[in-house]
Amino acid sequence: MSLKGRDILSMRDLSRPEILEILKASRALIPVAEGRRPSRALEGRLLSLAFFEPSTRTRLSFETAAKRLGARTITIVDPAASSMAKGESLSDTVRMLSCYADLIVLRHPNEGASRLAAQLSDKPVINAGDGAGQHPTQTLLDLATMEERFQTLAGLRVVLMGDLRYGRTVHSLAHALGLFGSELTLSSPERLSLPEEVRRDLDQMGAKVTEQPDLEKALRGADVLYVTRIQKERFGDLAEYAKVSGSYRLDPALLRNMKEKFAVMHPLPRVAEIPPEVDRSPHAVYFRQAFLAVPVRMALLSLILTGRVPPGGGR
Amino acid sequence: MPVSKELRITPIRNGTVVDHIPSGLALEVLRILNVEALGRESTISVALHVRSQRMGWKDIVKVENMELSAPKANAIALIAPTATISIIRETKVREKHAVSLPERLVGILRCPNPNCITNQGEPVDSEFEVTRRRPLAVRCVYCERSVEDFVPLLTR
Ligand SMILES: Nc1ncnc2c1ncn2[C@@H]1O[C@H](COP(=O)(O)OP(=O)(O)O)[C@@H](O)[C@H]1O
Ligand SMILES: [Zn+2]
Repeated sequence: MSLKGRDILSMRDLSRPEILEILKASRALIPVAEGRRPSRALEGRLLSLAFFEPSTRTRLSFETAAKRLGARTITIVDPAASSMAKGESLSDTVRMLSCYADLIVLRHPNEGASRLAAQLSDKPVINAGDGAGQHPTQTLLDLATMEERFQTLAGLRVVLMGDLRYGRTVHSLAHALGLFGSELTLSSPERLSLPEEVRRDLDQMGAKVTEQPDLEKALRGADVLYVTRIQKERFGDLAEYAKVSGSYRLDPALLRNMKEKFAVMHPLPRVAEIPPEVDRSPHAVYFRQAFLAVPVRMALLSLILTGRVPPGGGR
Repeated sequence: MPVSKELRITPIRNGTVVDHIPSGLALEVLRILNVEALGRESTISVALHVRSQRMGWKDIVKVENMELSAPKANAIALIAPTATISIIRETKVREKHAVSLPERLVGILRCPNPNCITNQGEPVDSEFEVTRRRPLAVRCVYCERSVEDFVPLLTR
């Protein structure tokens, strides 16, 4: 099993052992990500970061990951300034990038864009988010965060809260957690509940899933609370948005009786779902989660480009 | 050859008979067959709501001077999984088989997700993989959207 030369398009494409290999590589790279140990493992490599949709976090963490390993990057950030604005197809842009760079990281507003890109590119493609579709590297860093905290992914009790319908990170996270035998509790307003087909996919895997809109009840015995943002764009009626988003605000008092290791996670950016008071709580893990984006993406870049992780993380 | 009523009405010399179509879908089958493209010398007959032992009611479509291509047979399998296809040569049934659906369907269905990359004018064929046989469900290999209602999505 090797990830060398592979595309990373959807969590569906990764097996359990492959996921664990990526997480292991990520752990080894933490000192490099923290800047404590320099690395030139990817020196001489050129990566293309093609972002056809605004993104700060994902783009910066890929760029950081590449540069911490000594790779260089070429970047498309503003589609309006690129040839796409002149009506060039994604297909043609990808063909061009694939002859310039050694790997393409693609963020695109249309679902399935990265799968198409991967078919056209003879260099590996990493999906950095395609519309409301997949965002596998986000899921990997979510898993890395849980694994770091609990030393395992097996059998965790995870509460998914907020927008479970449109939140793109939640579907592939739920799928991955199902693979590792987590118990999932879904806590969302009814109109933002997990889509039927995602639910069916979980049932087929034999995952244990329950629904509990009352967060206090949902949190009983939980290891992780994964909060997602409720997007204003999803509501025609702003009054309803205000009502729903108000009710999905994590009350710091709820954290008082949780287990010691209990973790609150959020893919960020947050709006009002997690009040700032929670940041000081030992349960707040979302900034660590944001940091782990870097070693996880370093691990992917190394494994895809070289098939291995530099010994001891550095060279 | 059993002589049935609809056979007496329209015997054909060479062509294709699509039988055991779920009642009500004959016109969709005609659309798939793209019969407008046939020459004026061909007879096309359609029997709607015919008694069937196996299915209660069924539709039948008979098209002269046409043998079915694989993509068309796949499209028929998608909307009418019970259909049987008979190839008639010199008035005799030469081949007869149930339709069958391949694992992957290329260029047959439009993806219902307007935001899917296959709906943006990129030079790419739609592609679906079968995720469940009974009842039939397929998934877009690009955007991963699942589809169970096929008729409105057939490409022409
Ligand atoms: N020469 C023909 N012209 C038109 N239809 C025909 C001809 N021969 C057979 N068919 C039709 O083709 C289908 C398959 O034929 P056959 O195997 O004889 O019948 P069945 O499926 O009813 O046992 C039937 O719908 C039959 O009516
Ligand atoms: Zn699609």
